[in-house]
This record gives sequence, structure tokens and C-alpha cells, in this order.
Amino acid sequence: MTGEPKPTVGLFVTCLVDAIRPQVGFATLQLLEEAGCVVEVPQAQTCCGQPALNSGDDRDAAHLARQTIAAFEGYDHVVLPSGSCAATMVHGYPDLLAGDPDWAARAQAMAAKTHEITSFLCDVMGYAPAGRRLNASATYHDSCSGLRELGIAAQPRALLSHVEGLEMRGLPGNDVCCGFGGTFCVKYSDISNAIVTEKAEAIEGTGAEILLAGDLGCLMNMAGKLHRRGAKTRCFHTVEVLAGQADGPAIGEEAS
Amino acid sequence: MSALPDFKNRARAALADPVLKVAIDRTTGNAERKRAAAVAAFPEFEAARARGKAIKDHVTAHLDHYLELFERNATARGAQVHWAADDAEARAIVTRICLAADAKLVTRAKSMLGEEIGLPHALADAGIERVETDLAEHIIQLAGEAPSHIIWPAMHRTREQVAELFKAGHQPPPAAEDPATMVQSARRVLRQKFLSADIGISGANFLVADTGATCTVTNEGNAELTTTPPRIHIVTAGIEKLVPSTAHAFALLRLLVRSATGGEMTQYTTFHAGPGRPGDADGPEEMHIVLVDNGRTKMLANEFREMLRCIRCGACMNHCVVYRQIGGHAYGGTYPGPMGSVLTPVLDGLAASRDLPNACTMNGRCAEVCPVGIPLPTLLRAWRRRSWREGLEPGSLRAGIGIWAQLARRPRLYRLATRIGLPLMRLFGKGGWIARLPLAGGWTAHRDLPRPPARSFMDQYRARQKGRK
Repeated sequence: MTGEPKPTVGLFVTCLVDAIRPQVGFATLQLLEEAGCVVEVPQAQTCCGQPALNSGDDRDAAHLARQTIAAFEGYDHVVLPSGSCAATMVHGYPDLLAGDPDWAARAQAMAAKTHEITSFLCDVMGYAPAGRRLNASATYHDSCSGLRELGIAAQPRALLSHVEGLEMRGLPGNDVCCGFGGTFCVKYSDISNAIVTEKAEAIEGTGAEILLAGDLGCLMNMAGKLHRRGAKTRCFHTVEVLAGQADGPAIGEEAS
Repeated sequence: MSALPDFKNRARAALADPVLKVAIDRTTGNAERKRAAAVAAFPEFEAARARGKAIKDHVTAHLDHYLELFERNATARGAQVHWAADDAEARAIVTRICLAADAKLVTRAKSMLGEEIGLPHALADAGIERVETDLAEHIIQLAGEAPSHIIWPAMHRTREQVAELFKAGHQPPPAAEDPATMVQSARRVLRQKFLSADIGISGANFLVADTGATCTVTNEGNAELTTTPPRIHIVTAGIEKLVPSTAHAFALLRLLVRSATGGEMTQYTTFHAGPGRPGDADGPEEMHIVLVDNGRTKMLANEFREMLRCIRCGACMNHCVVYRQIGGHAYGGTYPGPMGSVLTPVLDGLAASRDLPNACTMNGRCAEVCPVGIPLPTLLRAWRRRSWREGLEPGSLRAGIGIWAQLARRPRLYRLATRIGLPLMRLFGKGGWIARLPLAGGWTAHRDLPRPPARSFMDQYRARQKGRK
């Protein structure tokens, strides 16, 4: 090792990972440390504010933006296991705070160093997982915010290609929304259901044993629908497979 | 004209109609494939898109200049230019022209602006027979319906349903149900009308400022037969249709046609420059151009300005997951899909249409395919912001977001709430899943919810850090 100091990373686990799927947070932590980062998890984090932002409640969204910036701006990088929460920080925060002279520049500076985890590992750290094996077939869904707002498509696939034994199968309509859409899925539940039903059919049609994606919201939507339909597809966040944790329980499986 | 209040019920009815879904999938699936192929075969698409966007932005920034230029040149060509501030004025102008000419029969070439200003009803109220000459418009006129798509107005109707409509509506009915025979039958019915109409009404895809011409594009040639044989040709067009010159119209046509149908050019691209001149083989005696504002100048000055770039190609709705489930009628406005969800609140008021900007997953595919780079999700979010600010969002949502925000703004309290909430939620689950959860019926009506762990990531992490020390 050279004497160059390791980059510091503030890990924002996201509210859904915090409450529903802590494994994703720990897998992200592990990968960041393997990639050579010094990782901290600021206790002042809650939610990035997206529910408020997407409901038109800019006041609460801006408050959460300021709170999050204050907690994370001291790190070299801010990393999240979610394209949609990362996009909120990268695009949403600067927009929300553009008219606030005290915060506009801070929002810009924070946006410039905020990354979704797979793009951070690939593009910033040049990391590739080593010694990972998973004998299974899997398919990958591109979550919309990460794909269209941050350009995340090649990175997760490149990282997954290092997992030995993992057979990736193409998902027809991989770049079509799963119908989650945050509060959309409960506000317009019937429309969301019709969309996720088509998505579940496409996933089942691949015959893959595992569904992977990079956003827990979309994963919960697809996994919940697949389970309701009686499908046996196991669902994991991409980082869980990259961190070698796919031998544990999938989403909706209890630890035995 | 007006958005019906009950979006959710209309959406539910659409979702329950399997024939509608078949029709939507056929048309939008085809459109998506053909557009993708056309864009792939057009390497300069991105450059063309940047140019198209620049042309529209330039015109928007100098709208007053180009409107005056257009009026001057159109008038010099012998056309009469009329200005309508809103839909009522536009209807009144058209009706007045029709009545002054003692018109009994009017043919109309498909125009969404005509729908926007409520022209079909206005003509009926004035006792004037209206014949829609676009094949799809002919179908929905027989069905007594409004367009469900801005390019394929009858896309919600299957071929089998069209056969039924023609059997009942054509005299004599078509001899067979194959497309060729049915088209022949429509052609025969419409041909009589083309030749006996007093007035032909069309829209315009472009208003060319430096020549004073209006441009229509069709694949059926019905616009030409609507605008040429009758004594009078009336154009109704939104003021955002202006382009500086014919070359600019063609720059936008390259984007419009590829994005709409996947073709390179429409079968017919016609420039109408004034009425027939002495010595011309044909052409109307009078040409009237009604320039319609109807909310557009207001958009110039607010956060929806970028929507004035829209060239009405329909690509956004073809690529919208919501449109592809519920079709166009469920939206309730003149324009459906993402572009309609931005425009309907302008036209019908936000109070009557607040569902539309909300019924979107913000997936961004519409903006990705938009040929003039309109940031549709950003504009939809702007409507949500207004709706929130004006107190139009339901109380239950405001309360929910309010309570959640109060917690999220206090990390310690938030941790405490998680510590209490997660074990509580676990009580409703069995194994790894929750099938029913109070207050979460929107979720559990259709899908299971992963049962949360007893302790959150933050609590597990803290315990782990303490263990390390």
C-alpha cells in the first residue's frame, strides 16, 4: 500500500433498507471497505425526502435536504444503495435549494460527490469483486431513476460478471418501469398492480431463479407481486450477491 | 374539453376491459418498435433533436415577432387571419364563418386543436353537419367518441369492433370484414362528402412565418381533399405551431414523423398558402386561419414554458406504462398520456385534473423519447407542487406526509418510532411476508409486503460498532 489516505465515505443506507432489508446496508458497507474506503454511517440520516419531493411538498423536502447535506457534506464521497435516492441528492437537492443563498452551493457540492453504490465501485474506485461464486441463474431489472437520471446500466452488469457460476438471463422490458413509483403504488394501486403484473410475468418468463435490482422500493414491489402470484423467484439487491450474501435469506424469506 | 372528476373510476373501468388492453398493446407496441428502428437508422437523431429543440425555443422566445410576420405574409397571400384568446372565441369565429357562408356540410381533417376548442360540439349546436375525414376520426365519429390518442384517435377500437361500426353506419354496409374492403367502404362514403362539402376545416402541424403558409401532414390524403374542393378552407391552429421558415418545418418533420409512426416522411406533406389564385386548377375561394391562444401565452411566463415545444407526436404516451394500461379516455382531457397530463391542468384547471400529474411513476421514459427534449417528469412534478401549495391534495395524504416528515426531520425520534414500529409490523406477518396490513391496503391489496426485521439497520449497526469497541 502507498501512503495515500483512504477516501472517506458517508453511507446513506436509505429508509427502506433501514426498516425492511438491513442486509443491503451491511453488504454495501462490506463492498465499500473491500474497495478501500473508510466508511461511516452518520446517525442523523433518516430519509432522503423523496416522498415529500414527489408529492409536491417542497418545504419538507428542502428541510430533509438541508439536514442530510449537513450530516454528509464532510465526507469525500456519499454513497447509497439506491439509484432513486442518489438521484434525489444529485438532481433534486440542487433544484430544491437553488433559491437558497446559504445552501445552493452546498447542495451542488454534495451532488457532485454523491454516488449510487455500483457506479461508485466501478467508476470511482475501479473495484471488482474477487472470489465470489453463486451457482444460479439470475435476471436484472434496471430501476428507472438510476438508469435515466444517473446512467446506471453497465456498472451492475460489469460487477455481476465477476461472480463465478452466475448465469445472467436477459429480461424482456428490462428498462420498463415496474410500477412502484414511490407513493404512486399506493395512491394508484390498481394501475400499479397492472404494471407490476406484466413485470412479474416477464420475470417468470425468463425462468431465472433470482431477480436482481438496485433499488429496494422496486424490489419490494416486484418481490411482493411474485410472492402473491406464487412464483418461486428469489429476490436480492445486487449488492447482496456482489458481497457474497446470496446464500442467506432472500427478500421475504425468514432467517432459519 | 373538460376533465371528468373521477379519474380513478375511469382507470379502473379501463383496466377491467381486456379488449381495450389488446388494442392498446397492438398499437403502442408497434409504435414503439417502429420508432426504435427509425431512430436507430437515423444516426443524426440526437443532433436533429437538439436542433428541433433550439428551433422551438427560438420561436417561443420571439413569439410576438413570428406571429406578426405570419399574419402579414398570410394576409398578403389572401388568407384572413383571426385571433382567438380562448376556446370560446375560437368556436365563435369558426361558427360565424360557417353561418355567414350558409354552410350545411363541413368536412374536417383530424386536428387535436379542434378537439381542444370543442369544435365538433360547436358545429353540431350550430346545426351544421360535420364529417370527419381521417379514417380513425371517421371510426370514432360513428362510435360517438372522442380521440383516445393524438395520432391514432381510434386506437382503443379493435378491427372487429370497427367492422361492427361500419356495418351499422355505412349505406350500403361493407361487403366483407377484411381491412381492404372496409377501407374501400369508408372511401366511398367519404368521397361523396368531400365533393359536396361547403367548408373544409383542418388543423396545422406548422405555421410557416416567412411564407404565411400552413402545413398539414397525413398518410391518407384526406387533408388535401378536405382543404381543396370546398369553397372555404378554415385552419384552426395553436400559436405554438409557428416556425420561422419552411426549412425549419422540415427539420421538425424529420423528428415528428419518426417519433410518431417510425416513418421517414408522411405520405402527404402539404403547404397551404392562401386561397386559390386566378388561373389555379383548384383551391378554395376563401382561406381563414384562426390562431388560438387558449392558455399558451400564460405558459410562456410560467414553469410550463418548455411544454410549448411539443410537436404532438405521441411518443410519450406510446412509451408510458400508465397510458399502456389505461388508454387515452381514462385521462378525461383532450390530450392523454404524459403530455396530456401537463396540458390538461392548463386547459381544464388543476382542481379538476390533479390526479393526472400524480398518476405517474416518474420513470422518465417519456422524456427519454421526446423528440424535442421536454422534461415531462419535471413539469408533472411542478403541477404536484402547485397542487400541494393550493391545498388540492387529499387530507389523508397531507396528514400522512406531514406525520412522516415530522419524524424524518428528527432522527432520534425517527429511530424511536422505528424501534416501536418494526416489532408492531411484524405482528401482522407470517413467515417472511405480510399479506394484510392496516393503513397499507393500497400495497397489500395486490402484493405481499416483506416482513421487516425486528431491528433496523441503524440499530443493528450501532450494536455491531459497540461490540467492536
